[in-house]
Amino acid sequence: MADVPMDINQVSLLARLPLTEEEAQRFAGQFSRLFEFIADLQRLDVSAVHATAQVIPLHNAFREDEIRPSLDREVALENAPDSEGGYFKTPRILD
Amino acid sequence: MQQAIERNVSYQPVIGLEVHVELATQSKMFCGCRNVFGAPPNTLVCPVCLGMPGTLPVINRRAVEFLCKTGMALGCDVAPFSKFDRKNYFYPDMPKNYQISQYDMPLTTGGSVRLASGKRIALNRIHLEEDTGKNIHAGTSMAASEYTLIDYNRAGVPLMEIVSEPHIATPEEAEQYLSALKSVLSYIGVSDVKMHEGSLRCDANISVRPAGTSTLGVKAEVKNMNSFRSVVRALRFEIERQTEALTSGERIIQETRNWDDARGVTYSTRSKEQAHDYRYFPDPDLVPLTLDDATLAQWREELPELPLDKRDRFIAEYGVSEYEAGILTEDRSAAEFFEAVARACGDGKQAANWMLGDVRRSLEKHSLTLATSPVRPAQLAELIRIVAAGQISGKAAKEVCDAVVAEGTDPQAVVAQRGLSQISDTEAVGAMVDDALAANPESVASYKGGKAKALEFLVGQVMKSSRGKANIDIVRELLRERLG
Repeated sequence: MADVPMDINQVSLLARLPLTEEEAQRFAGQFSRLFEFIADLQRLDVSAVHATAQVIPLHNAFREDEIRPSLDREVALENAPDSEGGYFKTPRILD
Repeated sequence: MQQAIERNVSYQPVIGLEVHVELATQSKMFCGCRNVFGAPPNTLVCPVCLGMPGTLPVINRRAVEFLCKTGMALGCDVAPFSKFDRKNYFYPDMPKNYQISQYDMPLTTGGSVRLASGKRIALNRIHLEEDTGKNIHAGTSMAASEYTLIDYNRAGVPLMEIVSEPHIATPEEAEQYLSALKSVLSYIGVSDVKMHEGSLRCDANISVRPAGTSTLGVKAEVKNMNSFRSVVRALRFEIERQTEALTSGERIIQETRNWDDARGVTYSTRSKEQAHDYRYFPDPDLVPLTLDDATLAQWREELPELPLDKRDRFIAEYGVSEYEAGILTEDRSAAEFFEAVARACGDGKQAANWMLGDVRRSLEKHSLTLATSPVRPAQLAELIRIVAAGQISGKAAKEVCDAVVAEGTDPQAVVAQRGLSQISDTEAVGAMVDDALAANPESVASYKGGKAKALEFLVGQVMKSSRGKANIDIVRELLRERLG
């Protein structure tokens, strides 16, 4: 397995996706292949290319500051596992 | 010996503030839900701000305008290219499991906030993001609560984060910074800056270091301060806590601490280190911002005169003191009201005296503000003119002022209705003076015998017989003349 510059257990913790030992092994292998692809890309000469976060040739997609109707509260809460008095209800939040 | 020396080290605080400001747009940052405080829970939500799969955010142009105007007012550089990023974390206040914010390319950088003292506090950046929902913890504390209730009305409200450099030297200076910033924001109309409603919120980064050294100490981030007053108290507490810890040889750890206003202390939130790994990445749902020069020039054009510029101009133009000008310009509409009065009556000094004196008292007495009172600037200007012309006495003027402020009646009408006109006609006053002299020969004799006080008795007699309407200056002048 190539040297993976990331901690698979840390990633799974942050993503709230618990992994079995076997899964952790498998994903670590897959991630290391991803890093190899990126290493390939890094061989390209991009000195003449501007850094970008987007490949869509668009910018400034705005909307005007206009109010549109909101959902009825019953509808908004419909899919919630639990609600109370118009609020979404969740288990106690541990800090 | 070493210990003794260390105990004598004095520590100085290093403070930086992060101010979150909810922008006063009509609708939310990325959807059309109404942006307003105090609606019933979860009535201002839609698939976008509830983070439903498949929805797409669209940037509210007005929010970008408000942030850029703030940046321009504070002398910041507006970025020619800017973008939005996702800040990833799991907490139920953000239903998408990420908050749209700006990471490495904020809309503005640099700039400064000018304090009333003249000192400038440099800014690091201002960026745009979305506010989160509001959690209500059942029970007495978060730890004791069995469940949490969430209102997403606030989720997606445009939020501007103004980050200062750590150049604030004292808790008092932090308060001046907040007050100056609040004033600018309210002048340019980008927020209603109500700390008690959460539209202006402040977190503080604070560390202490031995006086005279330049290395930064380990900082604490203090949250949950709900008023300017609590910011000052929390910072004072932290300075003392950190200084004591260092003096007794303890090590300060970098952490987030909450301010408990009732107990007057900060306490560690014991948040886990890894929770701070937000894995920012550019939001693929939003295209970048490139603001053109014409738009920026137009926004710049629309900026009003700023509070401290107005203050300085009032001092120069109307001859008011720095203190008076400071109070007069605290609120933009009040400053404009004062200026209208000053221009209409031609006497800025008098206009300031009235505005800060009797007008203020009358407003308070009737539980009014300049905005809710029916009084118009022209009416106060008229009042100032008729007092200057001697048409009414100073005492009557106060009565007129009160009626004008409470009812919005024209001063002349109040004077006529209540018979407050002052008698300034020399002949008429002269006749009253002569009557008083004839009726009080003993006083005349004692005045002539050297008792200066007797004059005031005679003045009183004339005022009494005129039922307070005689012009007191003329009464005094004529008495002196006759007794000469």
